Amino acid sequence: MLTRRTVLAGAAVLAAPAISRAQAAPIRIGEINSYSAIPSFTLPYRNGWQMAVEQINEAGGVLGRKLEVISRDDAGKPQDAIRLAGELLDEQKVDVLSGGFLSNVGLALSDFAAQRQRLFVAGEPLSDAMVWEKGNRFCFRLRPSTYMQAAMLAEEAAKLPAKRWVTVAPNYEYGTSSVKWFKALLTAKRPDVQFVAEQWPALGKIDAGATVAALAEAKPEAIFNVTFGPDLTNFVRQGNTRGLFEGRAVASMLTGEPEYLEPLGDEAPVGWWVTGYPRELVETPANKAFIAAYQARFKVLPGMGSVVGHALIVSIAAGIARAGSLETDKLITGFRGATFDTPIGAASYRAIDHQGTLGTYVGKTALKGGKGVMVDWRYADGANYLPTDEEVRKLRPAG
Amino acid sequence: MDFVVIQLLTGLASAASLFLIAAGLTVIFGVTRVVNFSHGSLYMIGCYLAWSILTRLPRDPAWFALGILLAALATGLIGALLETTLLRRIYRAPELFQLLATFGVVLVIQDLVPLIWGPQDLPLPRPPWLRSFVTIMGERFPLYDLILIAIGPVVLLLLWLLLHRTRFGILIRAATEDREMAAALGIDQRILFTAVFALGAALAGLGGALILPNTSANTGIDLAVIVEAFVVVVVGGMGSVTGAFVAALLIGVLQSFGIALLPKATLVLAFVVMAIVLIARPNGLLGQPLAPVRGAAGVPTLIRPASKLTQAVLMAGLGLAVVAPFVLGPYPQAVLTEALIAMVFAASLHLTMGPGGMVSFGHAAWFGLGAYGAALAAKILLLPTPIGLLAAPLVAGLAAAAFGAFIVRLSGVYLAMLTLAFAQIVWAVATQWSWLTGGDDGVLGVWPALPFPFYWAVLGLSAGTVWLLRQVIHAPFGFALRASRDSTLRAGAIGLDPDRLRMAAFTIAGAAAGLSGGLFAYAKGSVFPTYVHVGHSVDALLMVLLGGVQTVSGPIVGALVYTGLYDILLQVTTMWRLALGLAIIGLVLLFPNGIAGAIRRPA
Repeated sequence: MLTRRTVLAGAAVLAAPAISRAQAAPIRIGEINSYSAIPSFTLPYRNGWQMAVEQINEAGGVLGRKLEVISRDDAGKPQDAIRLAGELLDEQKVDVLSGGFLSNVGLALSDFAAQRQRLFVAGEPLSDAMVWEKGNRFCFRLRPSTYMQAAMLAEEAAKLPAKRWVTVAPNYEYGTSSVKWFKALLTAKRPDVQFVAEQWPALGKIDAGATVAALAEAKPEAIFNVTFGPDLTNFVRQGNTRGLFEGRAVASMLTGEPEYLEPLGDEAPVGWWVTGYPRELVETPANKAFIAAYQARFKVLPGMGSVVGHALIVSIAAGIARAGSLETDKLITGFRGATFDTPIGAASYRAIDHQGTLGTYVGKTALKGGKGVMVDWRYADGANYLPTDEEVRKLRPAG
Repeated sequence: MDFVVIQLLTGLASAASLFLIAAGLTVIFGVTRVVNFSHGSLYMIGCYLAWSILTRLPRDPAWFALGILLAALATGLIGALLETTLLRRIYRAPELFQLLATFGVVLVIQDLVPLIWGPQDLPLPRPPWLRSFVTIMGERFPLYDLILIAIGPVVLLLLWLLLHRTRFGILIRAATEDREMAAALGIDQRILFTAVFALGAALAGLGGALILPNTSANTGIDLAVIVEAFVVVVVGGMGSVTGAFVAALLIGVLQSFGIALLPKATLVLAFVVMAIVLIARPNGLLGQPLAPVRGAAGVPTLIRPASKLTQAVLMAGLGLAVVAPFVLGPYPQAVLTEALIAMVFAASLHLTMGPGGMVSFGHAAWFGLGAYGAALAAKILLLPTPIGLLAAPLVAGLAAAAFGAFIVRLSGVYLAMLTLAFAQIVWAVATQWSWLTGGDDGVLGVWPALPFPFYWAVLGLSAGTVWLLRQVIHAPFGFALRASRDSTLRAGAIGLDPDRLRMAAFTIAGAAAGLSGGLFAYAKGSVFPTYVHVGHSVDALLMVLLGGVQTVSGPIVGALVYTGLYDILLQVTTMWRLALGLAIIGLVLLFPNGIAGAIRRPA
């Protein structure tokens, strides 16, 4: 007990000077993410936001002050994220909270932010509930949601001749809501489509052989996939050997992101419709500059996580600059409608539901030089894949 | 029909993988009685080593086989190192204490692996022969899955020959049956234990290496397989290699048909199978009742009232805690709140584990039920905070009472695993019954509304509950409970009803854990399925073991040390798992009776 107190007291002493710092003190951004639980995404993500902080500070900072990010690892648990958010607000005196990878961590932080009436900007969490069902005025979210990515794929899927679809998705919220929206949006466009089977492997524990065989047994014409990471590698390998994908169309969430496409190596599927990031193939000046700077700084190519981390900080800087203040109410007004440039395109935070209009790339997978790549891709602007304002108001009780 | 055949073969291939994970674990447990949490980590190391070796070798089948064997051998050596440097020092500690050390190893390896191999998934590029298939009844079936189906029985046969046709095997079986008798006959246990641990680790490494062609080496493998491995071992009967094989077949095949019939059941299928098997056969399919290990481990000691000094320290601590809101800022208060809640959580587990003699791997079930009880009372029934806090122990206590009827017939690790099965079922319900529980998104906005700081409510209820639990232990009920633990026969002979006593203890513990869950729900403002997750049950176990099972203050000390270490390390270092793991290992070596056990006055 004594040790604990002593250490806490020590921490308080260390934090105290922050209160008395003068006007030129940096703007402090608290950042929480699942660094130890999801290293394959969060480490490139950390590189991304570090680079953004350096670039913004070199250019003179925001409101004449430099940015400083204080980062914490939530160990993948919402309860730890909440404690650390309290630490960041009360001890580190951060001005804005940000971060998140898992949807439940994102929701926990958003609810905590609302309770404490402070701003929280979520980067990666994809759950629709973040901005709609459980949305609140203190939370903004950057990335295209589950709904938006499912809508992008449903648009392509509707053009396919396939009528018999099956789905395979990890057995948790991200999987179930992706399937829900894809089904609803595709059926709305194509009433003749039917969904004849579904598989729900446990996250990280897919029994790929049995899953592939059960899907094949339904004799589908097309497959909607939501698995990712090691589950996806396992699913693709069993599917390739067993011929599941031959002669069948596939639409697949996030599979075009380098984090998930690279581990598939020379077994990367060909001709799947995916959302993702074609990285070095995107020859816009913004993206080329981003990749060049990233490579110079970290000696590796960026991943989707790097783009998200970078865009997150850039968007926060834009919101603060537009607000011209660090008071929460003014920040909310400033963030509503704030526009910012990201490596993959310009975006803004919508006033109606605080969703970012950042898009993502939609394209087909192909093999080049023994590696999976995206071809025939286009940038799908997130603003074009959201429901009408009227529907959004119904989905978002918070207003 | 062809679907049935293909699905059956697929199930057999999964069964072979399951068997390879479980075989090593069951061999290690049979002889050393170590519940080896680090088995999944060894499996993961096997997988990564195989990647490093196989990507450097030519890609034809003979080299592949050699590479796999090398990976298994290297993992075996790592296992031997682990046994000689760590476990050997703590065999004389109380039962299950070694589990704590192996958990420290899990944490260390979780940070070392990404440090050595990087955070990205590492797939083994498959040469054509690993991609090839055979056509069975018009359907394509992977050749490699056929090879796996063959490897399972081959490994079983080799293990059988080793155990039944070699002198080493005879010694292993003798030590499994009666460790002390074997020692009395002059068998060097040190060498035997090291060899057995190395064998078990090599089998884990073999299993990890063999899954590489189907997936990638990644940092999530360890936790993904360890629970399943325990399920297979327990269903088969602990220590029985043949049992593990039968259990792997049962679970592998049921799973492959189960997901075709009930696709959403993937989260619980194996646990439901385990629960059914354990309720019908309390020692697993082919297990024998375990001979108690005399002398070496877990001599039950009398629990005495706390010394004057301990009482004074506790009262002083309580006094300081009462005035804390006037001195401390919101964050230290939040940390203290969590520590208090963790104390109740640990103390409730201690009642079943210590005086009750029932180890639980699923204590988070009651915590979670309490949390959901409080949250739903607040959010759906819109009841005020005090009623929500009353609902928490009520819901959890009732569930524990109902469940207690099933578990009192069991003992030891079997009992622990049945509690885990129940916790996993609660977890799956919390995850999948989304209109009620919100699924993974949880229940939000459960903030307390009281006329005074919530911290005081937590302090009062926590201190009160811990005091009550202490009274229970020192009351006649507690003595009767300990009597039932130490000798069921004698307790029965003097007119006690051990089953009812244990059920009552289980119910009280469940209700207390439920209260801690309810407090946690209001403290955090939200409830998620992670509260019921197996990791949270393990937290409770670590706190009790770290503090010491044999003293009433043990769980309190353990909860403070564990949550304190965890909070601080998570905040100050990105390598917190490495630091926490090393700290746990250090504490284990320093205090083999738990921290509170070490500072207890001598008898």
